[in-house]
Amino acid sequence: MIVSVRGLRKRFGDLEVLKGVDLDVGRGEVVVVMGPSGSGKTTLIRCLNLLEEPEAGTVSVCGTELACGVRHPAGQVRELRRRTAMVFQQFNLFPHLTALQNVMEGPVSVRRVPRAQAAARGRELLARVGLADKCDCYPAKLSGGQKQRVAIARALAMEPEVILFDEPTSALDPELHAEVLQVMRELAREGMTMVVVTHETAFAREVADRVVFMDGGTVIEEGPPSRFFTTPDHPRVRAFLRLVAS
Amino acid sequence: MDLLIDFLPDLLTGLGVTIVLGVVSFILGSAVGALVTLARISSSRTLRTLAAAYVSVFRGTPLLIQIMIVYFGLPQLGLEIPPIPSAIIAFTLFSAAYLSENFRAGVLGVDRGQWEAAASMAMPYWKTLRRIIFPQAIRIATPAVGSRFVALMKDTSLASAVTVVELTRVAEGIGTSTFRYMEALLLVGLLYWLVNTLLQIGQQALERRMRRAYA
Repeated sequence: MIVSVRGLRKRFGDLEVLKGVDLDVGRGEVVVVMGPSGSGKTTLIRCLNLLEEPEAGTVSVCGTELACGVRHPAGQVRELRRRTAMVFQQFNLFPHLTALQNVMEGPVSVRRVPRAQAAARGRELLARVGLADKCDCYPAKLSGGQKQRVAIARALAMEPEVILFDEPTSALDPELHAEVLQVMRELAREGMTMVVVTHETAFAREVADRVVFMDGGTVIEEGPPSRFFTTPDHPRVRAFLRLVAS
Repeated sequence: MDLLIDFLPDLLTGLGVTIVLGVVSFILGSAVGALVTLARISSSRTLRTLAAAYVSVFRGTPLLIQIMIVYFGLPQLGLEIPPIPSAIIAFTLFSAAYLSENFRAGVLGVDRGQWEAAASMAMPYWKTLRRIIFPQAIRIATPAVGSRFVALMKDTSLASAVTVVELTRVAEGIGTSTFRYMEALLLVGLLYWLVNTLLQIGQQALERRMRRAYA
């Protein structure tokens, strides 16, 4: 297992957002997390790299296991984050750095890759997401779709074991979804392990190995897309699918 | 006009002292202010409280009192500091309090997503501050910091109260010896205005360059 989560609990004040969630993601697997807003799916994915600190449960990524709710050394959290990368809804590119510098930043200042080597690799990755000509552009000059593709290249540059996508197309104009999803589709085909929180049902149908449906802080349905989208067990899932289909 | 010619050496010396007071205090104040900011955003409650108390005290008391405490008060404790260093110490501590607030606003003005992006790539705290947060915070803080610099330049006139012969003191001297207070004061007022206008032009150029660097 690349990611293994047990009994995850998280509350914001009085609101219990995660009520004991289990999740396993195998190597090369693409898991799509769906659910109505407020169901806890974004919180779940943010717990996987400890951007949110759960109150209870365990998070384990590639054998680095963290028990939540107790103090753990910062080094252990970093170790876990070194094996994951995240693509954010709002891109979160560094606005003071060019596209290439954004992609190089992690390798150079965290993984201590020599600058020249990181630059070469950065250009390669930007080419891979179709932005070879945008290396020297600052984020302000890029469209939303281009920004998100730079963010994906930046994630890849960390050579993660798994990439966590938090609603990667939700902040984009509809006509820009395709270019981002295309890049993600290729990543999946190349065997990248991915956890994707998204409402893109077409993407989930085509790319996901497994769909996880959350509601009210728990996973209420889980299965391969072929079954999930045609014969879900749970009435909440059927209602949700009717809504997003219309 | 004849005043300007007659007292040109005095005026230039006074101007020089004023600029040195302002520039040195600004640089030192920025350094101290940066440390105070680090304390204010740190995870240690003690550091945060101490820094907040510092800011509160130095912003909440008159600068003139602070200068006089350093120059007239400290000798009572056996600490005698010459006029110019006294003034610089007071100006440094005073502007550090204000600058730390400007810097803090800059840091808090950086989008939370920037911290998260850095954290998600396992970047340590200090490196995140240095490479991601500060470069953006500086841009946000620049207008306020520039205003602080201009305000400090004007505040240096208070050094005249502790016998530092800077511009204001020079004007008083000219007034006393010629009884032409009006011309003397207007003249040094004009000099302050010239210095600050240059500062503002420099600041605007800096801001333009920073904006360009984003695009």
